[in-house]
Amino acid sequence: MKTIRTSIIGFGAIGQGVAEVLLLKKEYLRSLGLEVRVVAVADSKGATFNPNGVDLAKCLVRKRETGTVALEKLSGLELIKRLDHELVIETTPTNIETGGVGLQNMRAAFETGKDVVTSNKGPLTLKYGELQEAAKAAGSKFRFEASVGGAMPIINLVNEVLAGNEVKGIKGILNGTCNYILSRMLEEKASYKDILAESMELGIAETDPSYDVEGIDTACKLVILANALFGLDATYNDVEVTGITKITPDALEMAQENGYVIKLIGEVSRKGLQVAPRLVPIKHPLAVGGTLNVASVDTELAGEITVTGKGAGPIETASAILSDLISIYREC
Amino acid sequence: MRISMDIELKDVPGQMLLALQPLSECRANLITVVHHHQKRTPRNTMPVQLVLETRPENLELLKARLEANGIRVVRVGEQRFRESVSVVLIGHVIHTGIQDTIDRIDKTGFAEVVDLSLSMPGIEKPSSALIKIDAVGKEELQKALAILREVSAKKDLLMVLPIGIQA
Repeated sequence: MKTIRTSIIGFGAIGQGVAEVLLLKKEYLRSLGLEVRVVAVADSKGATFNPNGVDLAKCLVRKRETGTVALEKLSGLELIKRLDHELVIETTPTNIETGGVGLQNMRAAFETGKDVVTSNKGPLTLKYGELQEAAKAAGSKFRFEASVGGAMPIINLVNEVLAGNEVKGIKGILNGTCNYILSRMLEEKASYKDILAESMELGIAETDPSYDVEGIDTACKLVILANALFGLDATYNDVEVTGITKITPDALEMAQENGYVIKLIGEVSRKGLQVAPRLVPIKHPLAVGGTLNVASVDTELAGEITVTGKGAGPIETASAILSDLISIYREC
Repeated sequence: MRISMDIELKDVPGQMLLALQPLSECRANLITVVHHHQKRTPRNTMPVQLVLETRPENLELLKARLEANGIRVVRVGEQRFRESVSVVLIGHVIHTGIQDTIDRIDKTGFAEVVDLSLSMPGIEKPSSALIKIDAVGKEELQKALAILREVSAKKDLLMVLPIGIQA
């Protein structure tokens, strides 16, 4: 049995989702010869740690009841630096302006020779090249399937399952909030404003929705795909971005009468990176509704491969983190 | 009437003049000439596509004169458009002059706005339009879209294109 001492840094919705999934999959992981021992959990208010393993069920209860997992005044960064362990699961919130604490956490993890699995887009969008170099220099593994498309497999699909294929381009819907808003505007013939309000009430859109609706989130994911799958060193500034705020219900209806739906499509190829509302033929594989994400990969040998799945949600995202974790430790 | 005509020229000097002379004599208005220099037919001739405006009654005479000049006329048809695209425009489509936008594309001679749906929810509110553009070929369609893109940027209109098409 291989023991993987792990920290969960960031205990919001996704961090908690990871804890739940690890509890749920404990026996399964054992059947693979893996014992994932969580030695530290940190959120923005503090942390709890135990070299022999913290009780994840208790952490979840404490977070729900008190709003924090903290028992000690310790930051995630300090734990990464000081506590001996193999894997950092980095699930702090995305900050695309500075990279936030996520960037510091990842740097510290590599400096101390730890592996990193993350869902955090900020550091990947800003400092992809630097982080990959640091991981390589430290001999650390660095996986981030959860940062693009939640449960929908795309990075590992291309790098592993489709290995050997040259990827000519990828296009898809990478933001569930925008997809929901556009789908509902068409169904209800309602204005962007009205459906945005509905999405906020349902918790599908954030209180500050600009990150999603202006296309910024999609652009960040494109940057990650461009870097991870095309070997580029792109940043957010390389993306031409148009959001969905100007889309009208009339436009959606007219498009439909002519056999199209309007979707916010992110496209990446060696020619460039672009996010814009696009007309998608109603019967095209990219024309998925609701909060679904979808991506179509244009490959040299296998032709077009399209995957679709839930782009957000704590358990769905944790599923991508779990698969990264397994693929790191099962293979070595 | 506007027609397209595919002709074939021998690969010797002076052929284009022999093709254009009858057009002028028959008062046909030449709109575009696409000259495929690098292509050869099995007969070792060079294919040329013409788009022209002429009176229907002059067409037979025109064909006869071309052939008298040794120019082979392979096809004559009104169906000259081979490429088509739908584009959604959102913004102050009317106030910024939709007619002007259409005119700029129609004036090219190689592309035309063939359909327009319009929705105006109220003054001050952005309107939406779906226009269909036909063009004689892929390259010409791209040129028409480039014009539309330039006009849209100037008039602050959001242009929504089908996937797989760049402007």
